Amino acid sequence: MAHVSMVLNGKRVSGTVEDRTLLVAFIRENQGLTGTHVGCDTSQCGACVIHVDGKAVKACTMLAAQADGTEVVTLEGLAKGGTLHPVQAAFREHHGLQCGFCTPGMIMAAVDMIERHGAGNLDEATIRHELEGNICRCTGYQNIVKAIKAASDEMAGLQQAAE
Amino acid sequence: MGVDGIGARAVRKEDKRFITGKGRYTDDMTAQGMGYAAFVRSPHAHAKVVSIDSSAAEDMPGVDAVLTGEQLVGDGIGNLICGWMIHSKDGSPMNMGAWRAMEPEIVRFVGQAVAVVIADTAAQARDAADAVVVEYEELDAIVDAVAAMEDGAPQLHPEAPNNLIYDWEIGDEAAVNAAFEGAAHVTKMEITNNRLAPNPMEPRAALAIYDTAEEHFTLYTTSQNPHVARLVLSAFYAVAPEHKLRVIAPDVGGGFGSKIYIYPEEMVCLWASKRTERPVKWVSDRTEAFLTDAHGRDHNSVAEMALDADNKITGLRVKTVANLGAYMSLFSSSVPTYLYATLLSGQYNIPAIHANVKAVYTNTVPVDAYRGAGRPEATYLLERMMETAAREVGLSPAELRRKNFITEFPHQTPVIMCYDAGDYSATLDAAMAAIDYDGFAARKAEAASRGKLRGIGLSCYIEACGIAPSAAVGSLGAGVGLWESAEVRVNPVGTIEVLTGSHSHGQGHETTFAQLISERFGLDTDAVSIVHGDTDKVQFGMGTYGSRSGAVGMSAIVKALDKVEAKAKKIAAHLMEAAEGDITIEGGELKVAGTDKKLTFTEVALAAYTAHNLPDGMEPGLKEGAFYDPTNFTFPAGTYICEVEVDPETGTTDIISFVASDDFGKIINPMIVEGQVHGGLTQGIGQAMLENAAYDDTGQLLTASYMDYCMPRADDLPAEYRLSTHETLCPGNPLGMKGCGEAGAIGSPPAVINAITDAIGSNDLSMPATPEKVWQLCQTTTKAAAE
Ligand code: FES
Ligand code: FES
Repeated sequence: MAHVSMVLNGKRVSGTVEDRTLLVAFIRENQGLTGTHVGCDTSQCGACVIHVDGKAVKACTMLAAQADGTEVVTLEGLAKGGTLHPVQAAFREHHGLQCGFCTPGMIMAAVDMIERHGAGNLDEATIRHELEGNICRCTGYQNIVKAIKAASDEMAGLQQAAE
Repeated sequence: MGVDGIGARAVRKEDKRFITGKGRYTDDMTAQGMGYAAFVRSPHAHAKVVSIDSSAAEDMPGVDAVLTGEQLVGDGIGNLICGWMIHSKDGSPMNMGAWRAMEPEIVRFVGQAVAVVIADTAAQARDAADAVVVEYEELDAIVDAVAAMEDGAPQLHPEAPNNLIYDWEIGDEAAVNAAFEGAAHVTKMEITNNRLAPNPMEPRAALAIYDTAEEHFTLYTTSQNPHVARLVLSAFYAVAPEHKLRVIAPDVGGGFGSKIYIYPEEMVCLWASKRTERPVKWVSDRTEAFLTDAHGRDHNSVAEMALDADNKITGLRVKTVANLGAYMSLFSSSVPTYLYATLLSGQYNIPAIHANVKAVYTNTVPVDAYRGAGRPEATYLLERMMETAAREVGLSPAELRRKNFITEFPHQTPVIMCYDAGDYSATLDAAMAAIDYDGFAARKAEAASRGKLRGIGLSCYIEACGIAPSAAVGSLGAGVGLWESAEVRVNPVGTIEVLTGSHSHGQGHETTFAQLISERFGLDTDAVSIVHGDTDKVQFGMGTYGSRSGAVGMSAIVKALDKVEAKAKKIAAHLMEAAEGDITIEGGELKVAGTDKKLTFTEVALAAYTAHNLPDGMEPGLKEGAFYDPTNFTFPAGTYICEVEVDPETGTTDIISFVASDDFGKIINPMIVEGQVHGGLTQGIGQAMLENAAYDDTGQLLTASYMDYCMPRADDLPAEYRLSTHETLCPGNPLGMKGCGEAGAIGSPPAVINAITDAIGSNDLSMPATPEKVWQLCQTTTKAAAE
């Protein structure tokens, strides 16, 4: 058994799990945060993407024990004080989701993508290429791409306004 | 959200929970004392089950029970059924073999369950399932449907000699023969429609909770039609009587047809929950999904088309072999018959059509409806034939189609369907303008100068949706009626709950249905809740598939709204001492026309419930229900055009442009409709270029993960789908809606393949058009050109 302790969406949490327990299972079952989804068993679909120490990670590819001592953010932790993150808002505004099952991973991957490239620096071709690891069966991606582009541009505007 | 009526691009009410991680899917549900199920599945495609030894598994940590098919049958759990009777052309009923939820004797496809382990954790259940020792005696397997009919092929079911389920026909064979005798030109093709795995991103799941005191079951499950699930589970599988079974389909992560059916796993969870007296949960992993979710398509056809000297189609002859897999899934029999051959007339005036369909058992997972269901197969066949015929007779593909378009309505085809309304030239014109069809030759020349091959392909599709008039489908063999129900509850404070039998698993009903109420009463959509997916809340319903939620589900809501409106007007007239006919509803108020007298909707609702001053004899309350049974199918139609560029050096195909012009009748929320088209097109392009569920000769599924089954990803697709709509109203329902959920998947595959074959100058291409296949054909055509 492994004792795991981490900061999850700003709260310190801990638990004892089997050594083989995946991080995604720890989050969903042990911590009851079901906003992170499992869509495959080969680390292909990206429904489980979360942020570990600020980096996008497929939570099905990591053991819970490996996440000991890290800071983890899931979709539930993205909105701050009831205000949606611009990426969340853009997904709704641009109809970037239908059934919502891929959405947690899509949004978390998008936030990471924007951070890595810098807000305002994403074009649609880059976004499509970056979504290599996220499968959506409902939307045909067009509105997801639009949503990410819009969020990226809006975040650039916000940054400028803040400077 | 404001008052968003019909036609508004309202953002979705349901999105809030999905974008904040608060969606509630079946796997998110838990229950006190819950155990987990893991299935023991056959590794063989065809084998006798000699023995099952569960002793080692039973001793493993956390294991509660190991249950087998023998126990299931012993407890009187019924066989899985197919709910649509098809008769062969000789009048005999279809040959249905027995399908048990867990098989005690002979397994017939890889992944079929033979036993289940219930344990305290999912991992313990999985470990113990691996420790159950099953001895099999392997039998020869057959996976190819055409070969399965040959003498000497391995036999799956004693009920079906030569593995033939039915040999069905439709149309006038003599008239077709006569047409071919007089033909000026005949086009003939062999056409394969590749097998697909539906792949909703949420895998199937079930949580069954048995209440020993009440002898009552609750089932949370990933279903597109919880009421149908309850009906089938009680009436046929004898799991529990209907009033002792509540089925809840909460948020469901996509369906595309594959979550219509009631699968063995849900039945087993219910049964096991009673046996173990604890809640039992099962969640499919992706490999299990590939192995056990019903697949789609899988047709082999030979088609012949007769044309006269003026290039008018005079006859169509089609012979199709449909692979239904190892067992007959719930609606499997209807897909290659009434959902397929009845659409073979397409958008064209074809005086004589004859189709013969043989449905066949093979050692593969059952095949049933997948987005489009039969209609994509018909469209692919017909639209490849049209393009090929045009090339053969030297007419432009658009011209040949236009020459043969149906232009007068209603139009009775020779294969049952009576088209009610449409304007096929309008959608063809719009699509050709959108893609600049006239400029194609110049673009092709420019591409050639870069060593690239450009091609353009059309597809003019039609589908039958709004499934379906109950009496009509009943006469064709359906075991159920396909109406829909709705209840509109106005609360005393004027907020409204709409209970619907439709089920949303991505379609956005919570928004579009609310828009309908918003439009009617001038109320904020936030004052409206849509309730669905729970058999304890909604009395009955037939669920969502066949693009029916708008045309059928919303029509039921309209009928209930009519009743609510009539009663509200009566109350308002009484209270304001006016004539009922003078009451109008506007902006959330009931007004007396020509005066300044008015009452708010809330005041009228409250009056209905206080009942202090109602018209004589009127019952209190403001709540009305309605059932709507459609009078006809609806007929969405349109034109899709695809333009591709092929690199002959590598065989890779880029979709340069894809335009769609659709006629869906009345559209409630264009944003949501566009989303449906985007998703459908992507699945169709996936079928055409990427996806294939492949079995090897021994019946092993070669594509059982996302490493092997190629799902469309964002950069496999064109930069932008360009969509337009042209509206002709459906005369058959009150809103004039036709349905939009399946069109994209139905219309797009032939457009893609017609474009690629146009580019490479070879018609010998099957789906999926992988770079390897395209490259091979490029080698032959460039060699031929050089010689
Ligand atoms: S569940 Fe993690 S990638 Fe699919
Ligand atoms: S919205 Fe359903 S899988 Fe993406």
